[in-house]
Amino acid sequence: MALSTVLETPGAGFNFENAARNVALQGLLDGAQTPKPLKTGTTIAGVVFKDGVVLGADTRATSSEVVADKMCAKIHYISPNIYCCGAGTAADTEKTTDLLSSNLSIFSLNSGRNPRVVMAVNILQDMLYRYHGQIGANLILGGVDCSGNHLYTVGPYGSVNKVPYLAMGSGDLAALGILEDGFKHNLELEEAKELVRSSIHAGIMSDLGSGNNIDICVITKKGVDYIRPYQESEYKDKRNIKYRYRPGTTPVLTEKVIALKLEVVQEAVQKMDTA
Amino acid sequence: MLSAQGFGGPGKMKEYHYAGAVENRFSPYAFNGGTVLAVAGEDFAIVASDTRLSEGYSIHSRDSPKCYKLTDTTVIGCSGFHGDCLTLTKIIDARLKMYKHSNNKTMTSGAIAAMLSTILYSRRFFPYYVYNIIGGLDEEGKGAVYSFDPVGSYQRDTYKAGGSASAMLQPLLDNQSDSCQNAASQIGFKNMEGVQHLPLTQEKAVQLVKDVFISAAERDVYTGDALRVCVITKDGINEQTIPLRKD
Repeated sequence: MALSTVLETPGAGFNFENAARNVALQGLLDGAQTPKPLKTGTTIAGVVFKDGVVLGADTRATSSEVVADKMCAKIHYISPNIYCCGAGTAADTEKTTDLLSSNLSIFSLNSGRNPRVVMAVNILQDMLYRYHGQIGANLILGGVDCSGNHLYTVGPYGSVNKVPYLAMGSGDLAALGILEDGFKHNLELEEAKELVRSSIHAGIMSDLGSGNNIDICVITKKGVDYIRPYQESEYKDKRNIKYRYRPGTTPVLTEKVIALKLEVVQEAVQKMDTA
Repeated sequence: MLSAQGFGGPGKMKEYHYAGAVENRFSPYAFNGGTVLAVAGEDFAIVASDTRLSEGYSIHSRDSPKCYKLTDTTVIGCSGFHGDCLTLTKIIDARLKMYKHSNNKTMTSGAIAAMLSTILYSRRFFPYYVYNIIGGLDEEGKGAVYSFDPVGSYQRDTYKAGGSASAMLQPLLDNQSDSCQNAASQIGFKNMEGVQHLPLTQEKAVQLVKDVFISAAERDVYTGDALRVCVITKDGINEQTIPLRKD
């Protein structure tokens, strides 16, 4: 039996087929808009604490200036001990993390081990560098493995940083302010959760691209606690009047009913082999 | 290699994405967001705006209303580039004073609208980046709404939304009519059959305006923080402020 490879190694060099296709598309559709990718315009943050890692994210997805999704999930599952927050182009973060998750589960099945965070980081870095920034994914990876608690960030061009706390996305500066002020090494669980919550909250209030609810994911040696939502937005819409239309408001101009004539052409009985 | 450096015009988030030669041009305009709404009733007019001033992804101020009082019977709502909004309102104020001193009477809403159209067109080739809506009472005391484009084309309306969330608010107002027991807002009635055309009361109009802004704040990132509603009647101008989403 052939050993399934962890990652299919692509051809040498940079693969820019899609970039060339995009240019061609733009030429074809000139005048009309090429479809704009949905960007998440986000605040995501991560903190390493005494027993593990806490990841946090807001839940708003924007399509330029319109809110497309008020409750989108930005904390993605990679493996039972690794989760990843994604900022940037929504499709890119989804697909990249899905691909990574599939590859790591193949690896787990092959080797019988839980993957290490550094392995996930290396696979991501390799893939994103290969695409030279065309994949717009800013990721925060956090996880616990046999060598400790780790938090990494991977940028769209393939840069990697190993850090005890950080924030990414359009609201990163606001969140980082809170993190810089409140971070200490070896925080307790509740303190770490509160720190991440208030940093995401700062991002939500100061940044137009972030908003709505806050999701938190706590990863420890004992397991994962994915709290969604950790804090609901305090702004629930309360409208005064009902805006429903009475049936019959839209005028029906003509109605045409065409009966479908069906007749049995052939009937055959095939016995199932239930041996 | 494809140039991913899209400018997307004023107001769109810029893509900070280096991919080849990049030409950065100075743009004299900025987009500061904000939405304005005006509704005319039988004997009242309402001009409402949100109070958020933003640029790019940041918020400059949560308390910068876009309604400006011109006379006792006219309020103008301006959204777009805040620099041009301020200058334009200063110019209108000065012109109002000049008219008052020459003609010994206050300008009527219709006259202000006509004047604003000429002011805007005088800058046809370097426009004021402002979306204006004037709301007030006409000579007969009926509500009047005048809506403008950045270069001065205008018309009288019953209701109009302008600014960043205008595309979300205008269709809602076009179709509003309700025949439940607690008969609510009656405005627009476009494309509807068998609905009673009841006149819009002041209370219902204010409720409608509040609800419509709550909806806009849900989905438009540039709209939020607070709502300033100015109700214009023959007794004067009444202002109220209602909080909106701050995130």
